[in-house]
Amino acid sequence: MKKELIELRVNGRTYEVAIEPSALLLDVLRQELELTGSKRGCDDSSCGACTVLIDGVAMMSCTLLAASCEGREITTIEGVSEHGSLAAIQKAYGDWGGAQCGYCTPGFIMTVKSLLAENPDPSEEDIRDALSSNLCRCTGYNQMYEAIRSAIAAERQGLATVK
Amino acid sequence: MSNEFSIIGKPTAMVDAAEKTTGAGKYTDDLSLPGMLIGKILHSPFPHARIRSIDTSRAEKVEGVVAVVIGKDAPKTYGILPVGHDEYPLALDKVRYVGDNVACVVAITEGIAEKVLELIDVGYEVLPAYFDPEESMKAETDLIHDQKPHNTEKDYHHIFGDPDKGFAEADEVAEARFIANEVTHAAMEPHSTLAAFETDPHTGKPGRLTVWSSTQVPYYLQHKLSLVLDMPMAQIRVIKPLVGGGFGGKSEVIPLEIIAAVAARKAQAPVKITYTREEVFWAHRGRPRTIVDLKTGVKKDGRITAVKARVVQDGGAYCSYGVVTILYSGALLGALYDIPNIQYDGYRVLTNKPACGAMRGHGTVNVRFAFESQLDELAAKIGMDPAEIRRRNLLRPPCITVNGLRVQSYGLPECIEKTVERSAWKDRKGKLPKGRGLGIACSHYVSGAANSIIRSDMPHSTVNIKIDRDGGVVVYTGASEIGQGSDTMTAQIAAETLGCSLPRVRVIAADTDLTPIDIGSYSSRVTFMAGNATLRAAQEVKKLIAAAAAKKMDCTPEDLIFRNDTVERKNGHVGKAAIDRPAEQSSAATVSGRVEGQILRGSLQQKRKDEGPKERMTFEEAVVAAIDFHGALTGTGSYAPPPEARGGKHKGAGVGPSPAYSYSAQVAEVSVDEDTGEVTVHKVWAAHDCGRALNPVSVEGQIIGSVWMGMGQALTEEMVWKDGMLMNPGLLEYRSPSSVESPDVEPIIVESIDPEGPFGAKECSEGSLAATIPAIANAIYDAVGVRLHESPFTPERVLAAIRAKKNAKALNLTEGIDPTAPQRFREHGGSLWFKGKGPERHPLDPSRHEISAGGAD
Repeated sequence: MKKELIELRVNGRTYEVAIEPSALLLDVLRQELELTGSKRGCDDSSCGACTVLIDGVAMMSCTLLAASCEGREITTIEGVSEHGSLAAIQKAYGDWGGAQCGYCTPGFIMTVKSLLAENPDPSEEDIRDALSSNLCRCTGYNQMYEAIRSAIAAERQGLATVK
Repeated sequence: MSNEFSIIGKPTAMVDAAEKTTGAGKYTDDLSLPGMLIGKILHSPFPHARIRSIDTSRAEKVEGVVAVVIGKDAPKTYGILPVGHDEYPLALDKVRYVGDNVACVVAITEGIAEKVLELIDVGYEVLPAYFDPEESMKAETDLIHDQKPHNTEKDYHHIFGDPDKGFAEADEVAEARFIANEVTHAAMEPHSTLAAFETDPHTGKPGRLTVWSSTQVPYYLQHKLSLVLDMPMAQIRVIKPLVGGGFGGKSEVIPLEIIAAVAARKAQAPVKITYTREEVFWAHRGRPRTIVDLKTGVKKDGRITAVKARVVQDGGAYCSYGVVTILYSGALLGALYDIPNIQYDGYRVLTNKPACGAMRGHGTVNVRFAFESQLDELAAKIGMDPAEIRRRNLLRPPCITVNGLRVQSYGLPECIEKTVERSAWKDRKGKLPKGRGLGIACSHYVSGAANSIIRSDMPHSTVNIKIDRDGGVVVYTGASEIGQGSDTMTAQIAAETLGCSLPRVRVIAADTDLTPIDIGSYSSRVTFMAGNATLRAAQEVKKLIAAAAAKKMDCTPEDLIFRNDTVERKNGHVGKAAIDRPAEQSSAATVSGRVEGQILRGSLQQKRKDEGPKERMTFEEAVVAAIDFHGALTGTGSYAPPPEARGGKHKGAGVGPSPAYSYSAQVAEVSVDEDTGEVTVHKVWAAHDCGRALNPVSVEGQIIGSVWMGMGQALTEEMVWKDGMLMNPGLLEYRSPSSVESPDVEPIIVESIDPEGPFGAKECSEGSLAATIPAIANAIYDAVGVRLHESPFTPERVLAAIRAKKNAKALNLTEGIDPTAPQRFREHGGSLWFKGKGPERHPLDPSRHEISAGGAD
């Protein structure tokens, strides 16, 4: 298939990329743009390790055609920390053991960002429901809940900046 | 837990946490090299077949294809065990499971490589295949491996004490068959390997090989590569990038790791191969389906008199860790409770399915499920509380068990007490509403195998430390960080010993060119063994620093205290207050992310001028003084388990012994829906004796993670087979639990302070998994009065058991099978049994030709 030129806005910057029309957003991010933070963990959109934000909404980049994301604001894990500092949720994941092997972590953080943008004060059940789109094999999820609660509290106290 | 340390025992964010939470850290598939090609593997569609012909010419002609590799390009066998070198990286003459590796196409894009696979023409001669281990054991012809008669990889028969006498003395005896179905690691990161040859400037030919791989065992990979490629190990460099989970699935050399190197050699370019999720399932090396025929005898006072176990493991098509797995099943009947008489008959059987290997808890898990369930049953028979019967059978360490295992630190009694207390067991057991129940179970695991896989007198771990003028402490360790926190453990131990702040320590790990050998992250050996090696290396460097600082401070090295980036004289005016006062470069905020301990160049130069004894020096000043005396500071430390810990002399005695065992006691609270059979786990209280928690956050994470994985095996996870074909090679179909299916787990850290562990630490990552399965089974019994003998306890199985208990007509879904006493594997794995016409089968499908040997049900 002959490649065509598209424009993608990723983490606030505009990139021009040559892609085959069938190219998936995940592959374009990882290969053409070398943003390897988003991961591939499955063949069938079941694990969420590829989660990115499209116009602020968490979506699985392995199930999106790159071409269909033209004109959208794409945010990947690389766009989460600000001014070189860890965002509250990133710091909290480290402090509370929310990340062990770390492979699922970028996907989870994007899902959490999407959750908190929509629901800044989620209940335990809201958090569990929102996180069910991502799979983890290491943590059993418990320490992630603590990390999320801690991040919410930290943000309230204004100790970190999160977009 | 205690204030005697400044870094050990404090909750610490992992040293690589920022890499993981920002996505900056590189896993193998994130790496790329100029001119890199992508490899795709052609897998066997048949469970058992001879390769009569293989023609790759059509594939090679396609534009963009650089090379095609087949078995003949690497006709050397390998395997993780010295007795099990039975695999070729690409099948040479036979394929032995659906998913076996036949050829590899290397092309400039993944898309081209994948499309071209179907252009490889393979002529197969289909052979009868074996799927049921008890049938496979009877095989006389069409053996899976010619040198293994009756398709039996290995069998062991052990008798310790006098089991017959023990059973005769028992007041109650229980005997039952348990089946644990097959589960797999399903680590979130699929296997991936990048291999590249350098050109040697002296010969002008391809020379050194560098391999980046998602592995738990970089040194075993280096070794197997050298065997298959026929290259000296010194010419092979293995580097382990970040690894996205292993759990044993990467604790041996997986075919793609060698295929990538063979392909790189043929293509004369770097080659990267990453498995799809489906291929990860086919690669497998997980926990085998196991039949456990268990018999236990107890006296009225609860004392166990004898145990007899016959274990059959469905090992799949290759040896892998098989010999070790079948030995663990018997060996770790000991070292948990005091059992005076044991008879063990273990059979590791070959079948035409992906090979099974090591998975968290290894061969101990499925036997522990049977044992703890049966113990619960016996407790009920003699009218004793299940927690109490366990208390009646405690070991009295230090001791050596009847099967030769040495036990020193033994936190099991405290684990039982704590979990009983936190779950309010005494008040609530037997008093919960119908359909809700509590169950208790215990388990344990080795803190590293006392005998290494490749037997020798060499250390199991060596660590080097370098401290130079910049005051930075660099620790070179072979230990493989796979998400369990070994890099952090290394930094903590080094920093605590040297009395420096944690950010001062830099860990360089798992690069065979740079770091001395550590045999790998498996059998939970890293904290104990690499941790001890790190401790010894740090102590050696500390001696050099102490000698120099003592001279400067006009005292003896023993008078010095190393703490908080400071070296201080012990007595006199600089007493406790000074020790507790944080130095200017404080290490108090270990989770703050601030950079500690920067050397001010000016102050270094200034300090070199000063004379006269002082009361204290900064860490850098002490380092500079030491470098003055000794030159660059380096230390090395090694660890090998002591001979007393290495076990007995009987056949197979090498597996089971460990310098220390971790202990776990758990209570699970469940609800069972009697109409649907669905089991909900509300909470698990898990007490784990880890010796000493070096990093409580990590220890709790490992306890929760292993309980969670045990729960997965107990309730939902199962590999479902049909004629050797895996029916559910996907994360959702395999039913790895998501957040909404995962219970609250309360980890309870118990510290028995092991006499030989580093700062008293033992393992904390595998020991808790095994207890969760029987804890849930026992809780189900408490809730609805049925004993489940087959895991996972799916709604179908639970419902069938409930109906059988009520003498209700069994549902058609499980016709012909008594769900409470399974006699044989149902080849379909799950309890759904499709008897209908079904779709038309492929002309070459073995079951269509009725040539399946012993597999038909």
